[in-house]
Amino acid sequence: MNAARDEILARVRAALADVPEPERPADVPVARQYATGADAPAGVQETVSLFVERLADYGASVRTVSPAQTGTEVAKTLASWGAEQVLVPRRFPAPWSAHLPAAAVLGDEGPLSADDLDAVDAVVTTAAAAIAVTGTLVLDGGPGQGRRAATLVPDRHLCVLRAEQVVASVPEALSRLDPLGPLTFVSGPSATSDIELERVAGVHGPRTLEVLVVR
Amino acid sequence: MSSAFLGMPPFPQAARRALADTQLRRNLAGATRTIRDKRAEVVRELPDWEELREAGRALKERTLRHLDHYLLQLEERVTAAGGQVHWARDAAEANRIVTRLVQETGEHEVVKVKSMTTQEIGLNEALGSAGITAYETDLAELIVQLGEDLPSHILVPAIHRNRAEIRDLFRREMAEAGEVGDEPAELAEAARRHLRRKFLRAKVGISGANFLVAETGTAVVVESEGNGRMCLTLPETLISVVGIEKVVPTWQDLEVYLQLLPRSSTGERMNPYTSTWTGIEDGDGPRSFHLVLLDAGRSDTLADPIGRQALNCIRCSACLNVCPVYERTGGHAYGSVYPGPIGAVLSPQLRGTGGAVDRSLPFASTLCGACYEVCPVKIDIPEVLVHLRARVVEETGERRRTPSPEALAMRAARWVFSSPARLAAAQRVAALGGRAVGSRGRVGRLPGPLAGWTDARDAPAPARESFRQWWKRTHR
Repeated sequence: MNAARDEILARVRAALADVPEPERPADVPVARQYATGADAPAGVQETVSLFVERLADYGASVRTVSPAQTGTEVAKTLASWGAEQVLVPRRFPAPWSAHLPAAAVLGDEGPLSADDLDAVDAVVTTAAAAIAVTGTLVLDGGPGQGRRAATLVPDRHLCVLRAEQVVASVPEALSRLDPLGPLTFVSGPSATSDIELERVAGVHGPRTLEVLVVR
Repeated sequence: MSSAFLGMPPFPQAARRALADTQLRRNLAGATRTIRDKRAEVVRELPDWEELREAGRALKERTLRHLDHYLLQLEERVTAAGGQVHWARDAAEANRIVTRLVQETGEHEVVKVKSMTTQEIGLNEALGSAGITAYETDLAELIVQLGEDLPSHILVPAIHRNRAEIRDLFRREMAEAGEVGDEPAELAEAARRHLRRKFLRAKVGISGANFLVAETGTAVVVESEGNGRMCLTLPETLISVVGIEKVVPTWQDLEVYLQLLPRSSTGERMNPYTSTWTGIEDGDGPRSFHLVLLDAGRSDTLADPIGRQALNCIRCSACLNVCPVYERTGGHAYGSVYPGPIGAVLSPQLRGTGGAVDRSLPFASTLCGACYEVCPVKIDIPEVLVHLRARVVEETGERRRTPSPEALAMRAARWVFSSPARLAAAQRVAALGGRAVGSRGRVGRLPGPLAGWTDARDAPAPARESFRQWWKRTHR
């Protein structure tokens, strides 16, 4: 095992004989002339509108709701899906789940097995951030998001996020995220382009994705 | 590389066979046109595309020139985060490591995320001979696996199959498919039903990775269907087999590649799902994570300062979709899991130029340059092709002890093309010669030492005036 490691490293070093000895990684110039999006503040009207438009473009339904409406909108959406069992991860904001019938609410205690998750009708979560230009949600397992399987196995996902979590660009989002925990970037419902390169929604991940932006 | 490709004929024969298949040509023309248009549209949306490409190229150059440093940093961070790092010198060693790791779990089935690297090393066949069944879960890989077919495209391995062919395959091979129709949505639904139980009971997942971040020890998988998330999240054990060239220095550097890759690959602003993970996480996902770092010809490729840039590749497949040769021959003719222009420069370097297929690949191009223009990390594929042609021709000459006429012509061409003044002089001479021999607009067989070159080729007669001469005359 270590023999393989030593040999590969030795081969790599021998292959790089043309790199002068004093050169350090930072000596190889990298021009970051591309846009970082940091000039557009998170959560402003323009950024949120772009996010709504771009995510909708991928087949998710997205709408903005006021803080006061949020709880009823969450309940209304889940009811419209006919969801009898709804997974609500730990530390999901209480006012947002207050209008759900108590009997419908399921926690991820135990935790649930993969089969249990498969039997759940829907999951409702928060998010860590969102990216306007690409129409992307980012989940980091933080409060109200649950573990990764919780937003994967159930067939319907309702995500509630605050307008100030919506940043303009990919660089801005990455700078806000902690890579040490597992992250999932979600841009629309599960899809495939594997047949004649035509994009169709609905393969293994949630086939329905709905997003509420609270502002 | 994958034993499935063993015994493939060199490119010219394979291409001739593929060209005779009109169904294949129709399928390919349709699919590549769709994806080219989608890509162009989303690339146009980004005013800073060229700056992103340049950053993508430069970051890869930084990484490759200091690869030993980044590999050690990566190993340290993955280990610190609870993962285990293994090193494999070649395909056989990687297959042995993965087989042993699966055997240690006591399982006989694994679920797999689409991975070029595991295709390259023939992992499924190796696992199969140890009594372990590997289920491909990406829709296109599933189509290839069920049809006992070979992949023909980096992103969409079943691009050579149309919906009716896939419907027939599913009806034949998939119990859950029933009388499925040929709408892509119906076919996707059938695949969902077919794989659902396998995901839910899977104990071992196998993946590759699109990127490995040295600074943090983070692995990244970019996908669409959610099959990747299933394999990365539900099993207890996760094994990722990744080429040593997949390292990027920092977390911030992903901001470049996560913009370049989806737009170049599927023509989307962002693919539906991107997963990142660092070692293992309590209460979320696998309890053990193994990273197998694979050399298998990468360090040999690194040793060639011109050929090295092929290791920049992020496997987007944009170069396949724009290539006039690929569009007509399809991927199988390239005799490798890496087809198209990038395959023509990568396969002969990873495998060496000992075999007839690999010696023919650098010639499987018209050098039109479309591949270079779309490459998100600016690999100068035509430059590497010409370089490898010279290498192949010189090696062949060495075996014959005297240089072949082709070797001499290549050496002369390299000498001429490397200096603008020499090129201009050669063009003037060629234009004069064109007046003498180009009677029917073609230069046919030439006498003397040039016969070796012109025996197998017609060349258009050189223009009376070169572009440089015309420019000089009209732009004074």
